[in-house]
Amino acid sequence: MFDLDKWQEIYSTINKNKLRTFLTGFSVAWGIFMLIILLGSGYGLENGVQKEFKGDAENTLWVNQGTTSISYKGYKPGRFIEFGNKDYEQIKKVEDVEFISGNFRIWQNNTLSYKNEYGAFDIFCTHPDYGEVEKLIPVKGRFLNQVDMIECRKVTAIGNLVEKALFKGEDPIGKYIHVTGIPFKVIGVFEDPGGDRDVSRIYIPLSTGQMVFNRLNEIGTIAMTVGNASVDRSNEMTEEIRKDLAQRHHFDPADQRAVFIWNNVENYMKFMTLFANIRLFIWVIGIGTIIAGIVGVSNIMMIVVKERTKEIGIRKSMGATPGSIISLIMLESILITSFAGYLGLVLGVGLLEIVSKNLPDTDYFSKPEVNINVALGATLILIIAGAIAGFVPARKAAAVRPVVALRDE
Amino acid sequence: MIRLKNIHKSYTTGSNTLHVLKGVDLEIGKGELVSIMGSSGSGKSTLLNVLGILDNYDQGEYFLNGELIQNMNEKKAAHYRNRHIGFVFQSFNLISFKNAMENVALPLYYKKVSRKKRNEKAMGYLDKLGLKEWAHHLPNELSGGQKQRLAIARALISEPSMILADEPTGALDSQTSMEMMDLFKEINSMGITVLIVTHERDIAAKTQRIIRLKDGIIESIVTNGERKKWLREQSMA
Repeated sequence: MFDLDKWQEIYSTINKNKLRTFLTGFSVAWGIFMLIILLGSGYGLENGVQKEFKGDAENTLWVNQGTTSISYKGYKPGRFIEFGNKDYEQIKKVEDVEFISGNFRIWQNNTLSYKNEYGAFDIFCTHPDYGEVEKLIPVKGRFLNQVDMIECRKVTAIGNLVEKALFKGEDPIGKYIHVTGIPFKVIGVFEDPGGDRDVSRIYIPLSTGQMVFNRLNEIGTIAMTVGNASVDRSNEMTEEIRKDLAQRHHFDPADQRAVFIWNNVENYMKFMTLFANIRLFIWVIGIGTIIAGIVGVSNIMMIVVKERTKEIGIRKSMGATPGSIISLIMLESILITSFAGYLGLVLGVGLLEIVSKNLPDTDYFSKPEVNINVALGATLILIIAGAIAGFVPARKAAAVRPVVALRDE
Repeated sequence: MIRLKNIHKSYTTGSNTLHVLKGVDLEIGKGELVSIMGSSGSGKSTLLNVLGILDNYDQGEYFLNGELIQNMNEKKAAHYRNRHIGFVFQSFNLISFKNAMENVALPLYYKKVSRKKRNEKAMGYLDKLGLKEWAHHLPNELSGGQKQRLAIARALISEPSMILADEPTGALDSQTSMEMMDLFKEINSMGITVLIVTHERDIAAKTQRIIRLKDGIIESIVTNGERKKWLREQSMA
């Protein structure tokens, strides 16, 4: 195989048959190029749609306080239901709850300051799980943890807009910001794909918040994720939570206004199905493109061998063995398809990179890119397909008695 | 050199079987210049293909240099062709995308001779055949006679003990044909057995022995001296 003379022979054959080489190479390169572009665009579409609906696509349940509307066990309607730490502890025990966090919020009239910079931002007092529920992305440092909670530490994780407003490029980790005059140590900066509002806030431990803002045992909202629970299961969970709260807070479980439970799972499932369908669509396109490529390459290889039948006959009458004929044709085909496949790969990925860098993020389309393993795999499949497509007729041609190969004049 | 014993060969196309060689017995000695004549369909090309191990035969025995050539696999046949036999075809069968020198050097490639050596040798043979200036031309830039000389150079380069020529002058004009026959004679005088298949009398007349085939069997074998005698007798009668 690594016989230099053979490669010289192949090189001279390729060199003297430029059109044939070009056509074979072009079909492979084009196939791979189109595959990369299609896969990349599909991925861009998936990215765009995911980004668009990310905020809505969460498998979460939100439990909010309400006011009773039905009289129950001697209680008058119109009673406000307030949650406490006990409710959090109880709901946490419900089966299929994955991450759960109680929280209360203090809206924008609070001035935060660092040195001479001031700003009014929301303050969220939460359990450490809130980071998971809201899918916060830590940029620097960390989010709140259990120890912060137990020790009522005066620490805070801040949104990146807060960082920008107060720190002006300074590293905020370990610095103290003043929250209504009380110093809190910054432990992390986070990002949230949900938008500007979601990153112009700070998070502090719920226990610290209850102490500092004098809201002992108070919880406003309880939010949780339900893992892989089905839509039906999430509805069951909603009922379990409602019953549990009804018992502890003495309201009619049928009273829809006493507590509001927002079930996002159904929504979540819809979007998951949408994403899965987009992915399926991309795969269908990809496989279709590969098949088209295989058919094209196979076709060309068969024609190439047919065209060379006479040459094969001549070579055989000069003393070429069938093995040497097959390896000559196969190596040539593999050489051309690999080179062309690689070229198509580079061009396709290059174009995607350029588009990805220069294209402003539009709705439903962002960051087209391609999984390099998938691209390499596809190239390999095409090369193998080309080799097989060349091998079958090459073997046949090499097995033909030279007299037959020479006959067609 | 060549010994054929009762060679049979038939071709099957679909349901039809065509019995082409019906028991050919033939001996050709080393260094002979022999022609095989016959009308089309007489089996002369088939016989040549069997002799050149380009095709197998159904029945009988074929000895080449004392070795039995029978049911050879392709690899072995290729080896024999490469070492013992040089081919010259009517349609030249040059590889169109290789230049004259590369075409001549091709048999040496399959003898695993290094590129430099085989090109050197090919140039030597081209020079002998007066084609040196055309070494870097493609076959379609050459005239018919030049192409055939090129094919002969290619047949000679592997130093075979036998040259098989299938209608070598079929595509050439009569003057070039005669030049070609002179060339074959010269090659023959170097001690190489030359076997020419032809249907042209004046070509056959230049060989030492004429083997006439008819309907798959040998009708007559005439040695050249006898032929002249026979012709004389005919004219005298």
